[in-house]
Amino acid sequence: MVSKTTGSFVPFSTERAAEVVEKHRAERGPLMPILHELQDIFGYIDPDALDVLASALNVSKADVYGVVTFYKDFRDKPPGNSVVSICRGEACQSMGAEKLARHAREHLEVDLGETTPDGAVTLRQVFCLGNCALSPAVMVDGRLQGRVDEARFDEIVAGLRAKARS
Amino acid sequence: MNPATVFVPLDSAARSVGSDEVARAIEAEAAARGRDIRIVRNGSRGLLWLEPLVEVSTPEGRLAYGPVEARSVGDLIDAGLLDGSPNRLFLGKTEEISHLKRQTRFTFSRVGINDPLSVADYEATGGLTGLRRALEMTPQQIVSAVTDSGLRGRGGAGFPTGIKWQTVLDMKSDLKFIACNADEGDSGTFADRMLMEGDPFLLVEGMAIAGLAVDATEGYVYIRSEYPDAIAMMDSAIDIAYLNGWIGPSVLGSGRPFDLFLRVGAGAYICGEETAMLESLEGSRGMIRAKPPLPAIAGLFGKPTVVNNVLSLATVPPILAGGPESFCELGVGRSRGTQVFQLAGNIKHGGIVEVAFGLSLRELVEEIGGGTASGRPVRAVQVGGPLGAYLPASHFDLPMDYEAFAAVGAMLGHGGVVVFDDTVDLGQQARFAMEFCAEESCGKCTPCRLGSVRGVEVIDRILAGQDHEANLALLEDLCETMVDASLCAMGGLTPSPVRSAIKYFPEDFNRAAAVSP
Repeated sequence: MVSKTTGSFVPFSTERAAEVVEKHRAERGPLMPILHELQDIFGYIDPDALDVLASALNVSKADVYGVVTFYKDFRDKPPGNSVVSICRGEACQSMGAEKLARHAREHLEVDLGETTPDGAVTLRQVFCLGNCALSPAVMVDGRLQGRVDEARFDEIVAGLRAKARS
Repeated sequence: MNPATVFVPLDSAARSVGSDEVARAIEAEAAARGRDIRIVRNGSRGLLWLEPLVEVSTPEGRLAYGPVEARSVGDLIDAGLLDGSPNRLFLGKTEEISHLKRQTRFTFSRVGINDPLSVADYEATGGLTGLRRALEMTPQQIVSAVTDSGLRGRGGAGFPTGIKWQTVLDMKSDLKFIACNADEGDSGTFADRMLMEGDPFLLVEGMAIAGLAVDATEGYVYIRSEYPDAIAMMDSAIDIAYLNGWIGPSVLGSGRPFDLFLRVGAGAYICGEETAMLESLEGSRGMIRAKPPLPAIAGLFGKPTVVNNVLSLATVPPILAGGPESFCELGVGRSRGTQVFQLAGNIKHGGIVEVAFGLSLRELVEEIGGGTASGRPVRAVQVGGPLGAYLPASHFDLPMDYEAFAAVGAMLGHGGVVVFDDTVDLGQQARFAMEFCAEESCGKCTPCRLGSVRGVEVIDRILAGQDHEANLALLEDLCETMVDASLCAMGGLTPSPVRSAIKYFPEDFNRAAAVSP
C-alpha cells in the first residue's frame, strides 16, 4: 500500500498492469489504488497503462489521463535512484527552508522536479511533511528527516550518491 | 531481576531526528554490558524538541531522558540510564514535565504511552470502552451524546459534529459511508499524523462508532501520501482490528457490520477539502464539488456520508466512555472541550499541546512554546494553516477559541500555530500564499485558478514599488473577489494571510516604494 520511492522497479508490461487492475477491480473507486500500485511496481505510470485501465474500468482514456496528471505523485517516467523532497511549507520557511531549497538546487545542479544527470537523485518540492516542529524537514526515499541544515543535506546526498554507485 | 523496559518513540518526527538509531544503540550497548532489557517503540509524547525522548520504567513510574543521541547512548547507560539514575539528560518523571503536566490529554490520552499496535495495551488503557457502550445504545442516543458533548469538527471549520451525524442518521439510504479526512496538508499541523502513528486503534474505534451512530456499514480513511509511516501504522491497525473482530461482518460480536478501508492520496493539497477528497476516493481528479448538496445528504458515490477529520473521530470514543459531560465541562463559551494545538515553525518548545479552550496565544507561544528557536523576538504567528491569518504580537492576548478568532478575521482552524521571528518578510509570505494557491488550486473556479496567479503578479509589482497605492487597491479588489466568488475555502481563504500581512505589517510592502523616488 505504501508508495515506495526507490528500489528495484520492474520494466513495464501490459500483462502485469492488467493483473493489478484485476486485483482491485471489485473495490469501490479502484483507480487511485491501481495507479499507486502500478507506480510502486514500475516506478512510473507508463502511457500504455492508460489503455489497459480505460478498457478494464470502462472509462475513457482521457478520464484516466486526467486523473494521472492531476496528482503530483504520479510520474510519467521513472525517478532517480533516490527521491529527495524538500518541504517548502510555512513552518519550514520560518526555519530557512527557502534557503535550503536554493542550496539543494545549487548543490545538485538541478531544478525542483528534476533528476541529477548521474541518475542518483530526483529533487522535489513538497508542501508540508508533518514535521513542523523540527523544521526544516526533508523526505528521503520515504523516510522523514528533521532539522536539516545545509551541511546535513550535503551529508544525505553524499550517502545517496555512494549508494547509487554501489 | 526483571528486564528494564525502555521506551523509544517510533513516531516519524522522532525517527526524523534519530530515534531508530537510538533504539539500535540501546539494544547493542545494553547487550554489550550484559543487561537484559525490553525495548518498546511507543508513539511520541509530543514534546518534540526533546526527541528522541527515551523513557525507562521504574517502580516510581516512567522516567524520561532527552534529547538522546545515538552516539552517547553507551555513556548514558554507564551513567545509569537503564536504572533511572539522574544524568545530564535526565528530565525526571515524564508526567511531571511541566509542558505535559499543564495539558489536558483527552484525545491524546494514550499517544506516547503505549505500543501503538498492542491490543493488550489498548484495552488495558480504556480502549474499546466507547465502542462497547455504543453497542448498548440506539443510533439516536449515540448521536445525541456527541451533540451534547459540544464536539466541533477538528479539521478547521469547527462545525458541530453531532449535527452532521444527525443529518446522515436522518437520511434514508441503502448505503451510507464514514469518510475520515486524514489529508492533513496544512503546514504547521501534525496532530492527525501523530494520532495515527501513536494510537491508530482509537481512530478505528471512532470510525466504527460513527458507523453504528448513523447506520453506515463502510468507512474509508483517506491519508495523504506524504505520511508513509502513518499509512503503514493505520494499515496494520486495521488488519489487527479485523483479526480481533472489532470491525468486519460483526462488530465485537454484535452482528452489526462495519468494514474499513485505507486509501492514499497522491500529492494534492486540495484533497483535504472534503468534496475534493470524495472525488479522489471515487477515483477522479480532486476537483471540488459545489455545495449544496452537502456530503451528509449526497456524499461518497452519491450516498449520505459523514466526513470527519481524524481528531474529530478519535475524540468520540472517550466522549462515549466518559459521557458527554466529561468533554463539555472543559472549554469556554461555544468552544467546548479540548483543542489539540500544534506549536510549529521557529519555536523553542514545539509539539502537541492539548488543552481546554481558552488559553491565550501568548501563553501558548511564549510560556509553553518558550519563544523562538532562534532566540530572536517573535514577529508574527500564522494560525490555522496556509489559509490562516498572520497575527502580530499585539494580538497575542487573543483567547484561543473559535469565536474570538473569527471576531478579528482570523480562524483557529486545525489549531496549528506557526511562529516566525523578526527576520520574516511578510511581503514574501503574502506572495507565497498566492503562489501556493496557484500551485494547489483544483482549477474548477476562476477566482481561485486565475486570481491566485494574478495575485502573485500584483504582489510582485507592489514589492517592486510600482504604482504602490494603485496596486494595493487592485490587490484588495482581487482578494474581495476571491473571498466572495470562490467555490471553496482554498480560493476563499487565501486572501486572509495576504490581507492580514498587509494590515498588520504594511512596512513590509513599501520598502521598495520608500527608496524609489
